[in-house]
Amino acid sequence: MWAILSILVENKPGILFKVTHLFRSRNFNIDSISVGVTDDENYSRMTITTYGDDKQIIQIVKQLDKMIDTVEVKQLDEHKTLFRELCIFNIKLSSASDSMEVNKLVNAYGGKVHDVKKDSLMVELTATPAQIKAFEELVKPFGIIDVARTGVAALQRSGA
Amino acid sequence: METMTGAKALMTAMEKEGVKQVFGLPGGANLPMYDEFARCDIRHILVRHEQSAAHMADGFGRVSRKPGVCFATSGPGATNILTGLATAQADSAPMIAVTGQVPVAMIGKDAFQESDIIGMANPVVKYSFQPRLPGEVPEAVRKGFYIAETGRPGPVLLDIPKDVQQNEAPMDFPDEFTIQGYHPWNDPDVASVQRAVDMLVNSERPIILAGGGTIISSAFAELQSVAETLMLPVVTTFKGKGAFPENHPLSLGPIGMHGHAEANKMMAEADCVLAIGTRFSDRSVGTFEAFEKRLKIIHMDVDPAEIGKNQTTNIAVVGDVRASLRIMVKLLLQKSLKKSEDSVWIKHVRETKEYWKENLKIHPGEMGAAKILRKLRELLPKESVVTTEVGQHQMWASLFYDVIQPGTFFSSTGLGTMGWGFPASIGAKVARPDVPVVDIAGDGSFSMTENSLATAVLEDIPVIVFVLNNSTLGMVAQWQRTFYDRRMIGVDQGGCPDYVKLAESYGAQGIRAQSMDELDKAIKSALSSDVATVIDIPIDPEEDVLPFVAPGTSLSDMILPS
Repeated sequence: MWAILSILVENKPGILFKVTHLFRSRNFNIDSISVGVTDDENYSRMTITTYGDDKQIIQIVKQLDKMIDTVEVKQLDEHKTLFRELCIFNIKLSSASDSMEVNKLVNAYGGKVHDVKKDSLMVELTATPAQIKAFEELVKPFGIIDVARTGVAALQRSGA
Repeated sequence: METMTGAKALMTAMEKEGVKQVFGLPGGANLPMYDEFARCDIRHILVRHEQSAAHMADGFGRVSRKPGVCFATSGPGATNILTGLATAQADSAPMIAVTGQVPVAMIGKDAFQESDIIGMANPVVKYSFQPRLPGEVPEAVRKGFYIAETGRPGPVLLDIPKDVQQNEAPMDFPDEFTIQGYHPWNDPDVASVQRAVDMLVNSERPIILAGGGTIISSAFAELQSVAETLMLPVVTTFKGKGAFPENHPLSLGPIGMHGHAEANKMMAEADCVLAIGTRFSDRSVGTFEAFEKRLKIIHMDVDPAEIGKNQTTNIAVVGDVRASLRIMVKLLLQKSLKKSEDSVWIKHVRETKEYWKENLKIHPGEMGAAKILRKLRELLPKESVVTTEVGQHQMWASLFYDVIQPGTFFSSTGLGTMGWGFPASIGAKVARPDVPVVDIAGDGSFSMTENSLATAVLEDIPVIVFVLNNSTLGMVAQWQRTFYDRRMIGVDQGGCPDYVKLAESYGAQGIRAQSMDELDKAIKSALSSDVATVIDIPIDPEEDVLPFVAPGTSLSDMILPS
């Protein structure tokens, strides 16, 4: 099971270390992590995606909750949550037709094209991890030179 | 607000917490706080190795239920306490470790005696603080003590850079503070306790499994009341040993790898267990799967993260286990629920207990472990405090030394730290100078921290070290005999050192006991001695600890003495 965890922590040095250390020492895995300060600069929000069965996810949430530096720990329901990841691809172009094909895919996925060169172009895509994965599969035949991903940012929808 | 140095603020804040003594060893980076001992009423107890200071603080904390305090300098001083922190964390013992650190501007420069102790200690402390300004010291101390002793207790590290100790600031000592993300106590859910009562009453073969949490929260009277009212036999984990008087008719003793035969048997036959303050460790339950299908589990624990961590439960009650048991006692009183003393189950429990009392084979020699430990039990007043080291002697103590007064038996059960028992006994004796304190030891473990004899002698802390000396790392030897075809590698201690001479060289009393008569005299002499005593008791190096539940097997599959 894929799970999105939203963790509100005190904005103090060393807390990211403690959270990631907890995952390591408890034998859990981090799939992606993103961290940023909230509107109140006393707090940061970490969004961590992870895999595990129900029992493992419950245990991760409890262990995170037990941490003294975490103020609020929530497992977000995918269906009631807006979650997005920003991804940048550097894609190889072998011919002029490649450029057109890639552009079509980028438009279909709502991405943006940057830095077009003769033999490569950069794509910025903000989407769900599943959409990013699908896009990646589609552009793989052209040749992916590099990828950088931010990790998921997520917030539960109001009233959900 | 009074202006003072960070070091002075540390000592003042600790005095406000009621600290009367600190176990420690000075060095370059903690000299400013050491200098304050000249100007305050806190006693300093010097150790010969920082690991021992941590174990002393741990022993003090477990016995007094207030955090013990240890001091160490930066770098190697700090890394030397890591094992002590990990031991306290594994057994949920309240403790405050204060380390010196290089000055703030030197941190990260690989300075002399710099170690990133906050980073290294992270997984083995409940929390840590590194004040970067002198003014932050009082609140760090206040919060540190609060965190260490509330909820599920644990060790807290205060790492204080030298300039933070030296520099002055106006100090505020707050009584009130908030820790937003820390909720140590939950109110137990009464409805869940009611369901637990119903489940216990409607079971045919109910049993209580009392863990270390029962001792930490001093839930002795409540446990006994529930057990007697519902006629529930009581088994314990090893850490829970002595949560319930072991001479009580309903007591079956500890379960586990070296549990009592009757306890393991009855645990395996039960259909419902009230598990109190336990994490269902592998050492205690073996493989639970074998009988959990027909076992209904009620789990009381102060730590919500323990519910479902190792064991799926039918009913969970989160909260201080004493508070939870009080609710249960009240519900039982209201409904005047009382179980018959003659149920089929209780009769079966009595018969099983009786059978093993008669039929468990013990070492035939005069100086077998069972006879030695029963002699110690016979001569020690019931309020005596016992600590143990880790190894065969520890498991023999579990099998043959009955704890009569609850909460008087302590051991490194989680981390299994050899060398813990002796310094811990010194800490225990400082907490309870009015009762005899005995470290039941083996020669292998005692070797690891034996230099604490200097502390015991020079600081007038007359503990008794009871060394079951087989001149072998006995538990390892037993596994080599059992699982490695008797290939004995790295276990022979070669009769070195001579523990009587060792004790005498430190100014302690050393007595060798080679017969029951000599043992009797030695224990009596130790009990009336003003100085620490080491009793060296040579035993058969081939004696095994039995029964033995091999790792990865079920409690009902015990290897028994042949």
